[in-house]
Amino acid sequence: MTHIELRDVQKFFGEVQVIKDMNLVIEDNEFIVMLGPSGCGKTTTLRAVAGLETIDEGDILIDGKVVQHLKAADRDIAFVFQSFSLYPHMTVYENIAFPLRATGQSRAEIDRAVRQVADVLRIAPLLKRRPSALSGGDMQRVAIGRALVRSPKALLMDEPIGALDAKLREEMRTEIKRLHMQQGSTTVYVTHDQVEAMALADRIVIMNEGVLQQVGSPDEVYLHPANLFVAQFVGSPVMNIAEAQVAEADSEARVVMPGAAEGFVFPRNLLGRLEAGGAKGDGLALGIRPEGVLVERERREGYLPVEAHIIEPLGSHDIIDLQVGTQMLRARTKAGFVPRPGEKVWVRIDPAQAHFFDVESGRSLGVRL
Amino acid sequence: MAAVQTPRQRIANRLAIVAVIVTTIIFLAPIYWIATTAFKPRALATTVPPTVVFQPEITPFIKLFTKRVQLTQPVDEEVYEAAPWWEKRILDGGERVLRVGDSVQLSAYPDRFLNSLIIAVTSTLLAVSMGTLTAYGFSRFRVPGEQDWLFFILSTRMLPPVVVAIPMFLMYRAVGMTDTHLGLIILYTAFNLSFVVWLMKGFIDEIPREYEEAALVDGYTRMQAFFKIVLPEAATGIAATGVFCFIIAWNEYAFALMLTNRDAQTAPPFIPAQVGSGLTDWTTIAAGTFLFLLPVAIFTFLLRNHLLRGMSFGAIRK
Repeated sequence: MTHIELRDVQKFFGEVQVIKDMNLVIEDNEFIVMLGPSGCGKTTTLRAVAGLETIDEGDILIDGKVVQHLKAADRDIAFVFQSFSLYPHMTVYENIAFPLRATGQSRAEIDRAVRQVADVLRIAPLLKRRPSALSGGDMQRVAIGRALVRSPKALLMDEPIGALDAKLREEMRTEIKRLHMQQGSTTVYVTHDQVEAMALADRIVIMNEGVLQQVGSPDEVYLHPANLFVAQFVGSPVMNIAEAQVAEADSEARVVMPGAAEGFVFPRNLLGRLEAGGAKGDGLALGIRPEGVLVERERREGYLPVEAHIIEPLGSHDIIDLQVGTQMLRARTKAGFVPRPGEKVWVRIDPAQAHFFDVESGRSLGVRL
Repeated sequence: MAAVQTPRQRIANRLAIVAVIVTTIIFLAPIYWIATTAFKPRALATTVPPTVVFQPEITPFIKLFTKRVQLTQPVDEEVYEAAPWWEKRILDGGERVLRVGDSVQLSAYPDRFLNSLIIAVTSTLLAVSMGTLTAYGFSRFRVPGEQDWLFFILSTRMLPPVVVAIPMFLMYRAVGMTDTHLGLIILYTAFNLSFVVWLMKGFIDEIPREYEEAALVDGYTRMQAFFKIVLPEAATGIAATGVFCFIIAWNEYAFALMLTNRDAQTAPPFIPAQVGSGLTDWTTIAAGTFLFLLPVAIFTFLLRNHLLRGMSFGAIRK
């Protein structure tokens, strides 16, 4: 049972505040991924939990106990570094045994624990090797083995697969997930790769410039981003964001993008929802993911005619840039759906997938249609 | 795949090899000269042109290790016949070995050699251990005024040490540390310390912090992490730095000459004082120098791989 809590944590590096009012509760056995661009404070937060970094204000609690004054060694937490930091002068076996040696266990106990972890991670044949003779993936397994061997209260990982190549990264991602399902320890994982975050997390914690932006399950942050930052950081290709005007027209609402002659058709209740969400007359932004932009080759009721500008064929699907007014709208279509750039197509925006944001604050207005 | 060279490259390579050979010969010539002189009969040591082919003998070494006086008159035939083989060589040279009762009087050379060893080894150990800890502090912690401190430490090496010889001598005399082992050990440790701090800081900076952080998280204290992780990782740097310190302390001449004369005198000021009665005995001096060179040569040879890495450390970005 491990429960980690951060209360009003503040951290400064000189004049720069790198963690601002951080409040977060991590439940037992939860896999938390901290996601954000580089320099957003996610690694600093992780290191503060581990005891490798001090905090200036607030409390860090592990199992209800305030730990920010404890040394790293006394927190019973394991850390996996991006660089793996396996001790080059020790063999794989010695590397994994190293944390146990600090606890003063008997040789036999240490040996048993090391071999068990090596079996789980499938590195038993490598125990006699030096780290320099290992592949990137194996180094990573050893680093995780060293972290897991003493059954710590929590496992913290700082971009543990960031240094691997793309194929291996995917493989190790699956393995980390498998391991978490098997071992089930409280895990905090830092990454800037949103795909990794979506794939691994029970809950994603998104940070930007030291401020926590949103905490939620992968679905929540993907489907209901709390603000413009989250909307644009999560998801690939990036969500389309455009300033928009909402107009009333008969039995429907129309969302007009800048420079466009016509607006996209929305249900009439959009107006009421926007008002309820606290929208002011202008300063409204429409967010729509490429899969929410519906494209047809033929004229259809409620669809607007536009021109396809750029087509990026990605094999399984295409990404198409469509010019709407002065704005580019990226849409996702079946592969080869629009044969060549310059074609005229008809588009509509799926109201159920549309997001509305207040431009000034970046806040989502929480409109769900 | 074998690299294909253009004729031009081949010529450049050959020239480079020739240059290396010539340089090596230039550097090794004095060592060859000392080594051969140490085994020459005295009469051949100063011939012009130099004698290259000769019957080597160990008389210079016998002289080096014994106390002798010049014979005033030829020795008795009986005494000569009764003398051991090595003593005959001294007698042949017109000298007599000093004895007290039956025991041969040893020269001061072994003592001076031992002094050199004690002082150089101790000061090296002290300088390297204190300097490494200091360097670790500068490398890993935020030290207020770090750059100024480091510059100050370096600045102690900006003056030729001999400039402070006289104040140093007066200070040593005032505190009664002239001609003591401790005096020279402190002096050489102080000389080498700044050098060690700078070199070791470079080495430790190259060791990723994450190694220690991993150890800290894994349940070790900062000190344990230092000894278990940083020291083994810095071994190469420590070895290289240690050799340099040892060589500096081992070879130091000026202060040893000025601050010591008997008990704590090291070999460098002692060897040239081996003037035979009447004229300079170059073969004995060469023998003393030759033996004096051996420890450094052996030490350096054993650590040659570390040294090479140490000298090119940080030169290449990985």
